Amino acid sequence: MSTTLDRPADWKAPQDAGPVDGAPLASVIPAEAERRLAEAWEDSPGLRGWFGTVDHKKIGIRYIITAFVFLTIGGVEALVMRLQLAQPNNNLLNPEQYNQLFSMHGVTMIFLYALPILSGFSNYLWPLMLGSRDMAYPRLNALSFWLYVVSGIFLYVSFPLGAAPNDGWFNYVPNGSAEYDPGPNIDVYCLGMIFLGISTAVGSANFVVTLLRMRAPGMSLNRVPIIIWGTLTASAANLLAIPAVSLACLMLWFDRNFGTHFYDIGGGGQPLLWQHLFWMFGHPWVYAVVLPAMGMVSDGLPVHCRRPLVGYTLVAMATVTTMVVGFGVWLHHMFATGLPSLALSFFSAASFVIAIPSAISVFAWIATIWTGRARLTVPFLFFTSVILLFVIGGVSGVMTASLALDWQLTDTYFIVAHLHYVLIGINLFAVVGAVYHWFPKMTGRMMNERLGYWVFGLMFGGFNVAFLPMHLLGLEGMPRRVYTYGADMGFGTTNLVVTVGAITFAGGIGLFFLSILLARLSGRPAGPNPWDGPSLEWSIPSPPPAYNFAVIPLIASRHPLWEDRLLAEDQPHSRLAEGYLLDEGKETLGVTPLDAEPDVILKMPGDSILPVLLSVSLLPLFGGMLLLKPWFAAAGAAAAFAILIAWFWPHPVLQREEQARMYV
Amino acid sequence: MLCLIATEGILFVYLIFSYGYLASQSRGPFVPDGAPSLDIALPATIALLVSSATAEWSKRSARSGNLARSQLALACTIVLGAIFVVMSGIEWAHKPFAFTDTAYSSIYFLLTGTHLTHVLVGLLALGVLLALSLGGRVKAGHDQHRTLVTLYWHFVDAIWLFVFATIYLSPRLT
Ligand code: HEM
Ligand SMILES: [Cu+2]
Repeated sequence: MSTTLDRPADWKAPQDAGPVDGAPLASVIPAEAERRLAEAWEDSPGLRGWFGTVDHKKIGIRYIITAFVFLTIGGVEALVMRLQLAQPNNNLLNPEQYNQLFSMHGVTMIFLYALPILSGFSNYLWPLMLGSRDMAYPRLNALSFWLYVVSGIFLYVSFPLGAAPNDGWFNYVPNGSAEYDPGPNIDVYCLGMIFLGISTAVGSANFVVTLLRMRAPGMSLNRVPIIIWGTLTASAANLLAIPAVSLACLMLWFDRNFGTHFYDIGGGGQPLLWQHLFWMFGHPWVYAVVLPAMGMVSDGLPVHCRRPLVGYTLVAMATVTTMVVGFGVWLHHMFATGLPSLALSFFSAASFVIAIPSAISVFAWIATIWTGRARLTVPFLFFTSVILLFVIGGVSGVMTASLALDWQLTDTYFIVAHLHYVLIGINLFAVVGAVYHWFPKMTGRMMNERLGYWVFGLMFGGFNVAFLPMHLLGLEGMPRRVYTYGADMGFGTTNLVVTVGAITFAGGIGLFFLSILLARLSGRPAGPNPWDGPSLEWSIPSPPPAYNFAVIPLIASRHPLWEDRLLAEDQPHSRLAEGYLLDEGKETLGVTPLDAEPDVILKMPGDSILPVLLSVSLLPLFGGMLLLKPWFAAAGAAAAFAILIAWFWPHPVLQREEQARMYV
Repeated sequence: MLCLIATEGILFVYLIFSYGYLASQSRGPFVPDGAPSLDIALPATIALLVSSATAEWSKRSARSGNLARSQLALACTIVLGAIFVVMSGIEWAHKPFAFTDTAYSSIYFLLTGTHLTHVLVGLLALGVLLALSLGGRVKAGHDQHRTLVTLYWHFVDAIWLFVFATIYLSPRLT
């Protein structure tokens, strides 16, 4: 796919390039070249183009929309649970229905909403922020999206059949073993998780390679936006962590269907092995669903404070450190399992250490607000509320990391409160802020401010009314995952308040979706840079053309669009209007991993139907495994193999020798 | 692609962790009848290692333009890989226990089975590469496919050394 590049004679490393000449893009790039670019990068028309697109922007937006659909489904499940819990001895739901609801709510929110939505944003934003025309492997990108959709459907068709997973999102054995939970419910969970894991692994690999190879020349690692660090860290962690849960699920599936003894004490197996494998994956995963979101805050908040982020390097390092430490603390989810106390104390202490990098980010954000000139925009409100909710969630997190407290609090509503403060606080609030922030880029239209304040008010108010009292319920001893409680226990009033808060919060989300729709239809035009942002995505039109950048820019600082106010006249400036044109077919620039020196011209694949086909071919594979029909599964595997051959079929265009041309 | 291979590698780390965990927690002797015999495993291992060398040979021959030698070496690789698969099958058939007997038998078959699946996938890839090469589709200059498949094959072989150490050598240490 790549060829070596003869460096043009007049190439200078951007560090010593002259000051920007200020020429607007249109006057520099001939219309003819832009037409050629558009032709090379537009998708084919019709259904083929729709299913076959590999454009990272379209895939990103589809990811986001799909994740919001799952958020809505998971939200409805939550509201039904809350209605059930609104008063004591309620019988809206029976215990089995409640089990399926909280399990599917957790699985949906964690696996089908929280991570995919961040992948969606990263997919959309990465090439735009890095100054590239696409991700490193566009077809792999499409594959990870379609796998996500198909595996989501796989998990959800079980619901109407009454066979949805019913053992919680972490699915402890032996509760989840065949003896206590016959029926297909847990098999759906096991196979669905493996299925979804393929999607995530494939997507993560793409992010890692994209970061290393697809940056604009001069964008060294200390010049990339923080969200890139967040997603990179999360992706690396996914690659290391996902096999643990896939393996755990595979072994459980064997235990349940074929009578092996991985978790079964009878044949020498170990139930706790499940918890080890699950939390080796699960703990890093909780960072995977917040680090990119923290990156959104780190990149979005400064724009609305009109100053660069305070402590860029520290925040970037803290992001990576969080993950490294995060791999070592899985045992803190197992404090109540009777492990040796020395191990427990060690892991408890290690868990406290995680608070340090988190605190660095929080202080960096506060300092940014403090020393900046903030505008009270809607994104600003959301990003700022992340800080507050993060602090509350962090404090309850430190509490549960302490052994003595955890023994009291585990499996009470205190945990439910904590996990929602963290997940909704750092993920959902950051995401809604990010939608307000980047919506103008994605669609070319602004979202309504006045409506935005209402969305914020309802969400923030409703959220705290719903989840703050849960801490109390937990301290008073209300267990989680019970479908009802007695009237004499004194939980009734608080639970009613919680339910009212939850409904208010859901109303805020509803209003948010409505305002997205309104803005899409009739929002005020945004222009390329409505917030006066400093990073590369704001330098091109909104919405961006299919090829993103007419010329691949040359970067000389962390804030290419703010250089006129941050850099002295004689310091080297980025050049956004002159750089590599690369207009001979679908191509973009590859750079060296560390210094981002231009290296090769990459020929990019056009739209392709193979990702959809490959994803769909896995449906009979997993369906056959679920129904224990080997021939069905084998047919799916054979189809997948045939498609893979087509995928890797030697392609003359992608192997053609090409010369890079420098456009000046 | 390297990233995806890395994830697959990690999968084996977790598999070996599970083996170790089950072994460390077991009350009685974990491996029935002592360490498994090397009679079949050792020759199979050698076949696999040699196949890595022939795979490398094939790649280098293609690079230096000798397509015919490259195809021959590729065929040797496939044969050696197939020998490994057959010997593993024989070994499996001679085990006195079944997949579902004990925790040991379960993890034994899962660990070797997962590896065997990777070998089979590698053999399929080698086969496709050979077919494409014979059909004139992958020529001497086209390095990418060859590099990928060879890399994967080396990976499969390297992983085997860890699996081998876990199953055959670690029980000898106690
Ligand atoms: C309207 C907003 C929400 C409400 C009212 C809500 C409510 C609930 C309720 C009632 C439970 C079950 C507690 C139990 O019986 O133990 C629960 C569990 C859970 N929720 Fe939410 N939730 C909301 C949003 C979210 C979001 C956005 C996420 C993640 C991003 C999330 C993640 C979870 C998880 C992981 C569990 C644990 C499930 C389990 O026990 O296996 N929730 N939530
Ligand atoms: Cu944890």
